Amino acid sequence: MDQEQAQPTRREFLSMVGAVGGAALMYQAMAMMGVAKASSYNGPIQLGQAPEGTKVLILGAGLAGMVAAMELRDVGYEVEVLEYREKAGGRCWTLRSGDTYEELGGAVQQIDFAEGNYFNPGPWRIPYNHYGVLDYCARLAVELEPFIQINNNAYLHSASAFDGRPIRYREINTDYRGHIAELLSKVTDQGALDEVMTDEDKERLLTSLRSFGALNSDNEYVASGSASARRGYERYPGGGVDGAPIPNDPMDLSTVLESGLWRSLASAESLNTSMPMFQPRGGMDMIARAMEENLNGLIRYNKKVTSILQDDDGVTVTFEDGENGGASGTATADYCVCTIPFSILGQIEHNFSSSLSSVISTMHYASSVKVGLEFNRRFWEEDEHIFGGITYTDLPISMISYPSNDYFQKKPGVLLGAYSWGATSYQFSSLPHEERVAKALEYGAQIHPQYNEEFKTGVSVAWHRVPWVLGCYGLWQDKEAQYQDAVAMDRRVVMAGEHLSYLPAWMEGAILSSLDAITRLHDVATNN
Amino acid sequence: MKRFLIAAAAVAAITPFAVTQESAEREIVEYDEFFASSSVLTQQTGAGIYGAVCAACHMSNGEGAVGAGAYPALAENPNLEFPEYAIYLTIHGQAAMPPLGGILSDEQIAAVIEYIRTSFGNDYPDPVTAEMVEITR
Repeated sequence: MDQEQAQPTRREFLSMVGAVGGAALMYQAMAMMGVAKASSYNGPIQLGQAPEGTKVLILGAGLAGMVAAMELRDVGYEVEVLEYREKAGGRCWTLRSGDTYEELGGAVQQIDFAEGNYFNPGPWRIPYNHYGVLDYCARLAVELEPFIQINNNAYLHSASAFDGRPIRYREINTDYRGHIAELLSKVTDQGALDEVMTDEDKERLLTSLRSFGALNSDNEYVASGSASARRGYERYPGGGVDGAPIPNDPMDLSTVLESGLWRSLASAESLNTSMPMFQPRGGMDMIARAMEENLNGLIRYNKKVTSILQDDDGVTVTFEDGENGGASGTATADYCVCTIPFSILGQIEHNFSSSLSSVISTMHYASSVKVGLEFNRRFWEEDEHIFGGITYTDLPISMISYPSNDYFQKKPGVLLGAYSWGATSYQFSSLPHEERVAKALEYGAQIHPQYNEEFKTGVSVAWHRVPWVLGCYGLWQDKEAQYQDAVAMDRRVVMAGEHLSYLPAWMEGAILSSLDAITRLHDVATNN
Repeated sequence: MKRFLIAAAAVAAITPFAVTQESAEREIVEYDEFFASSSVLTQQTGAGIYGAVCAACHMSNGEGAVGAGAYPALAENPNLEFPEYAIYLTIHGQAAMPPLGGILSDEQIAAVIEYIRTSFGNDYPDPVTAEMVEITR
């Protein structure tokens, strides 16, 4: 009692911090106390006024470039954005019916989805703790809806377990937890923990394990009402004469372990993948579209940058102008924010410092492939009661993700039918589009036989074949050693994008990188 | 295998991309070795390895590709004269190209570089060996 009075309560402490240090310090204090963990996003950026008549050229109209453009414009910089493509968004990209996508090598896909259906080849979900993305969605009125990351009724699947039959996530999860809880109970009872635990803590542990693992009063994991309430029943609870439920039998521990299906049980535990997650209603590029609209004419399209040169007076960028028959054009500015992926930038003439050049020329880009499959009927909902979420498999497709929108609709639906990395992804990328789709169908049909009957159309995006990025995301040769060289402002130019963050491949990484880059650019501009 | 034939036929019938069912079945044989492992490539011939990894960026006939940036053509490429260069960058990567030393064995790297050096208009017939790859790792 005395002690409590001597020290301020958490609430008193935080009130004091807020009164003395204001909102930013308050936020930091709370973050340190674990109240508001996560992204370093600290609310809308406060740059202060731009020096009069200062122009910034922004290369690339992905999220990093558009965030830089919006914020710099808002404080009075003259802003010009050059974009290689005919539209903005970069990897924040959605394919819909009527869209055409030509990959490197010339293969063209005409997207033929049903009205309203779409496929996100790049980012497809937003963690609740990516405060930067979420704040821009709020400020730009981008409507968000829940994205289902984890679904106990989806499957875990291995070609070499249970004769290739998919098992409901809830069964593996419940049985795994039940058995480890029983084992730990046993060793506790047998005295194995006597030296490290008090009798009181042992009793508390046993109580918690009964709850954690759905054990019976003898600390056993066996067929029971409590186990079946989690893993499912032989006969489900109903009404009337046969209303009484009949529990089913758990799998034994050896079967669960041997199956390897436990490998996916932590897939929704990390900060980046835990519920709740979100998606923009109508496709991920609703974010890009909102930013593009906000920039209202500041983006110049079809400009392929060929050189970036800076001197004491400013920055000169040369480009091939696709809107003018490929004629050479130039743009000049006092400063430049360059969001061009290093896979491309390494091929562009520049006079950056040797330390930055070295990072640019040693960053390689990851291989990744996604296949979207549209089916005439939402059989995963109608037949299997799976509403959103992800089935994980050790087949080359690695997962099937069910749409988190348009539930119960009697219309076609689009699944993420393959999402592959590494050795598997190289091979998917090497296949012609129609073979990628055929493979995704072949493998997926092992989990959902309805594939063969219901397939409507498919889309595939192999990121190494995407003409404007040449890969999925940047991978460092030696991030620890190179990072500061790459993020440092290089005289009049500063780099930004997901590759310059510790949230690589996430939109939040691109936004945080951009906000940090323009903060430092503004410092240089105002102190010059 | 049977299952795949059915799926491939279904695609051929429905998608506008597959040319004919006949050609889809012919391609199945070629792609049958794909995806035997989730972590490494299992193709052993130079042509097989090329078609499963290199073709992703350098394209089926080594022609390369040009977008905002380019993938260099391997066809008629004078940089292939000295195999050590190709060996080094296959193992360790170069610029945007990822290192492939982790998914290909010494023998596979030797085989695929030998294949590239004698295909697509390149004529460098001297052999490339696994020993040459090993000392470069």
